[in-house]
Amino acid sequence: MAAIRLDKVEKVYPNGHVAARGLDLEAADGEFLVLVGPSGCGKSTALRLVAGLETPTRGRVLIGGRDVTALPPQERDLAMVFQNYALYPHKTVRQNLEFGLLMRKTSAPVIAERVARVAASLGIDAYLDRKPGQLSGGQRQRVALGRAIVREPQAFLLDEPLSNLDARLRVETRAELARLHRRLGATMLYVTHDQEEAMTLGNRVAVLRDGRLEQVAPPMEIYRRPANRFVAGFMGSPSMNFLPCTLRDGGGAARLESPWFTLSLEGGVTATPTREVTLGVRAQDVRLGAAGEGDAAGRVEVVQPLGSELLVHLALTGGEEAPVVAVVPAEAAVRVEQEVGLRFERDRLHLFDARDEARIELASPPRPDGA
Amino acid sequence: MRRLLGWLPAAVVALLVLSALFPFYWAAVASLTPEARLFERPSLIPAEAVSDHYRALFDERDFWVPIRNSLLVAGTTTLLCVPVGAVCAYALARLQFRGKSAILAFILAVTMFPQISIVSPLYLLLRSLGLINTYPGLVLPYLTFAMPLTVWLLVGFFRQLPRSLEEAALMDGASRLRTFWEIVLPLAWPGLATTAIITFIYCWNEFLFALSFTLGPERQTVPVAIALFRGQYQVPWGQILAAAVLATAPVAILVLLFQRRIVSGLTAGAVKG
Repeated sequence: MAAIRLDKVEKVYPNGHVAARGLDLEAADGEFLVLVGPSGCGKSTALRLVAGLETPTRGRVLIGGRDVTALPPQERDLAMVFQNYALYPHKTVRQNLEFGLLMRKTSAPVIAERVARVAASLGIDAYLDRKPGQLSGGQRQRVALGRAIVREPQAFLLDEPLSNLDARLRVETRAELARLHRRLGATMLYVTHDQEEAMTLGNRVAVLRDGRLEQVAPPMEIYRRPANRFVAGFMGSPSMNFLPCTLRDGGGAARLESPWFTLSLEGGVTATPTREVTLGVRAQDVRLGAAGEGDAAGRVEVVQPLGSELLVHLALTGGEEAPVVAVVPAEAAVRVEQEVGLRFERDRLHLFDARDEARIELASPPRPDGA
Repeated sequence: MRRLLGWLPAAVVALLVLSALFPFYWAAVASLTPEARLFERPSLIPAEAVSDHYRALFDERDFWVPIRNSLLVAGTTTLLCVPVGAVCAYALARLQFRGKSAILAFILAVTMFPQISIVSPLYLLLRSLGLINTYPGLVLPYLTFAMPLTVWLLVGFFRQLPRSLEEAALMDGASRLRTFWEIVLPLAWPGLATTAIITFIYCWNEFLFALSFTLGPERQTVPVAIALFRGQYQVPWGQILAAAVLATAPVAILVLLFQRRIVSGLTAGAVKG
């Protein structure tokens, strides 16, 4: 097993599209690092650069400290699991598993032993003589994983391996992947567009946008202290509420002013000079109360029951109406058209500069609960 | 009115099919009609079927020779074209190298040359090589149009294969050549078969080169032989039509058997190329 490092990697396609802008990223030996971002953010390109399926325009790729930038994929000793599994359709499951070992001239008894062991551990030993076409999606997914594991490579590269599974199977396989990672202790680089998958699987999560790294941190830190407005909006479900505000010095405590509310922030946020900011509040950190109470007034527009909780879409009233989403316990009595009061959890507020969208740190950091 | 409009497309298609099929039907019927009756009172439905013309074809004219020649020339050309073309096409479909699109454009341009424009230079070339009236003297010129066609079709097929399969093989440690042999070829065989059939048919039907580069019946192919049936004083229509049926039948059967694949092959070349 080995660490993977991208060193100031740039990738510009011949058509001028820039898929990686100065990527500096390291997955430590044995780490599960998730690359996440919206489609077209360059996360798959980053993975393919590590794989050797793409060559960087500038910069270096290192595996286990060795510069492999110029090496073709065959000589990097990495295993990759593809989104569409890419199983060889004309070969049996056994032949699919054996192929990589045969290419590396592994001796026949070793191949047989490893294939049997991996197939048993993934529960695919019953299908070894079938062709991929005769398997279900979940079974194919396991074969694809098996083909990677049996190789015992330097590191695993996984490109959205769960996105073709149905929702239930996806959650199951996610847990299985986490177990697998613990058991193998292998370096895994995992690409997904699903923020929930990223949060649940990664030791650390790297958020990408437009070929640039926006933040790399453990999942809870990304959730609690997103580095900028983009990360804040992308990670977490439902998406964070954003409200434009003005940050002003209110004599001792900074004051956050908007058409809908005025909040005074304890703890010394530097509020001079006065500046435009965006307030970010997660739906989970919005509390609903009786009309007239709390920080702001709102009207309930839509109520979506999620089973364990309710997703409440509100319009802030008092100025030009602004949408806000709140998550409240399922037993809360919320009706459409009801007038309510909203309270924002003070220590869970996020402030972002209105212009460069970077996080504005509150001087006394929020409680690190849950982190 | 609406019902009439509903039937219109079907009627148009039927008309097209009829007009396309009629000559074949007529040829088949006429090839079974006795010579004497052929010009008297031609009938759409054969009153009596005789195999005279077919028997004459083989008894009097030794039609086996042109059939053998056609099979040999078209078959050899196809056998040479497909393996070489496959390697070429794979490189063009998948590898990154300078001038790739220029090469593809050039290959397409070559298929567009009017044959008549290269007959004379080819004739001179073949004569100085001593290849006039030989099998290589036909196979080599056939390669000039069959090879670009093969490459062009196969590039389309290879591009249709999911790239991730080859990438998986590369990640598994296989070389490019190994990937081509173990992964690409087994998956591309329907494309290879279709390309082979199309190439074979092109060569089977070819007329101008076969006429120009052969001297006598011992090397003439089927289309040339049929064209030369007519004597100075008479045209043996019955035998010509019987030969035409024999030349068309295998092609028609091949096409019918593989029609779906051929259609997808032609569009693959056209759209993806």
